[in-house]
Amino acid sequence: MRIEEHPILKFDKVKKIKFMFNRQEIEGYEGETIAAALHAAGVKVLGKSLFLHRPRGFYCAIGNCSSCLMTVNGVANVKTCITDLEEGMIVETQEGKGVIV
Amino acid sequence: MKQAEIVIIGGGPAGLCAAVSAAKSGSKVLIIDKNKKLGGQLIKQTHMFFGSEKQYASKRGIDIPEILIDELYKYKENVEISTEATVVGMYEDGIITVLEKEDNYYKIEPKAVVVATGAYEKFLGFPNNDLPGIYGAGAVQTLMNVYGIKPGNRVLMVGAGNIGLIVSYQLMQAGVEVKAILDAAPKIGGYLVHASKIRRMGVPILTSHTVKEAIGNEFLEKAVICKVDEKFNPIEGTEITFDVDVMCISVGLTPLNELLAMRGCEMKYIPQLSGLVPVRNENYETTVENVFVAGDATGVEEASAAMVEGFLAGLCAAAKIGYKPDDFMERKNDYEEQLNNLRSGPAGKHILAGIEQIRRSYV
Repeated sequence: MRIEEHPILKFDKVKKIKFMFNRQEIEGYEGETIAAALHAAGVKVLGKSLFLHRPRGFYCAIGNCSSCLMTVNGVANVKTCITDLEEGMIVETQEGKGVIV
Repeated sequence: MKQAEIVIIGGGPAGLCAAVSAAKSGSKVLIIDKNKKLGGQLIKQTHMFFGSEKQYASKRGIDIPEILIDELYKYKENVEISTEATVVGMYEDGIITVLEKEDNYYKIEPKAVVVATGAYEKFLGFPNNDLPGIYGAGAVQTLMNVYGIKPGNRVLMVGAGNIGLIVSYQLMQAGVEVKAILDAAPKIGGYLVHASKIRRMGVPILTSHTVKEAIGNEFLEKAVICKVDEKFNPIEGTEITFDVDVMCISVGLTPLNELLAMRGCEMKYIPQLSGLVPVRNENYETTVENVFVAGDATGVEEASAAMVEGFLAGLCAAAKIGYKPDDFMERKNDYEEQLNNLRSGPAGKHILAGIEQIRRSYV
């Protein structure tokens, strides 16, 4: 799902990054966000809603709408659409509010 | 407590121009932006801008931040930049609070503030509108133009305003199929030059249509649309189903300016400006002294107008705290004339009718 050719833009994908999504290893690139890397890998469902447990994906991709909250390295409610991917990150879908303490 | 002369909240087109303008007048400025990179939403605008040379017409949006940052660099002794920092409060005593990198919380006491916080995307109500695969047009642009990732394979675009038309074209540039563009209005809202380009590429633009429902289990699989009558009521029996994995919502933006309401600025709901906006004078100063506003936060328009408003607000904010350059009136008249030119078309008429309702006489 990555753009291979573009008439205007060039995407310099330099360094691959490995991270864990729900105990499964996935690859992304340095400089992209967690949500972007997941989307490129075909993962659209990032979590479940608070009360009705409906699937949630991102909506705004710029940190405004809070539809992309996930648990990252054990920390709940991380806005994955604006958080950069890092080597070895442990990313998990979040059920409801997530565990805060 | 940190002291500052002018704090500019938001480093998009309006905020960067406000910073350039105020720093040029001799004021010290501190730009605070929640993102890693300055430029706001310009960083994903691959299309060439309209307007005139002064608003960087015929330049691509993605190239404008660099031009403005270079300009800012000329006054670097006056400029401080704080990125990954969010202004979380503006209080009655003039103090603003900032959360930097999620863990450093601090206070600033500025002499003046320019709020250039921009706008956010509106949403549309229909059954299953929360399914993953239904994204804001801006999100689709970010994914494609910033990260080089396709949002999906087959897209239904909802909204035939300029953003809907431009993003449809950008989707095709990225190799994604656009099945159709629909709009509830009886006429295409965006420029016809964009619409014609898209139609020539074989994408139908269905006016007087709306989304009836989205279908899918875990994510979007199909979208059902239908015709609407002149009162926007759905017409039974006119349904069309599209096999799409992405629905892109482009039904307008609304000003993002809660900080101004929190600070106690008088706000008014003005439909022509797309939402709640601050009452302001011709210098872009709100009803709270030394609190200025510029760009989409004062009413949704094009980035070109946001830039000129930024230049004007930055100039006036600096003058207000004692940095009034000799050519103040000349610069001010120039910016006002640019704004008048940008608002001289049919869309501008609408904007001017809105501005008329929030203008307060100079005090």
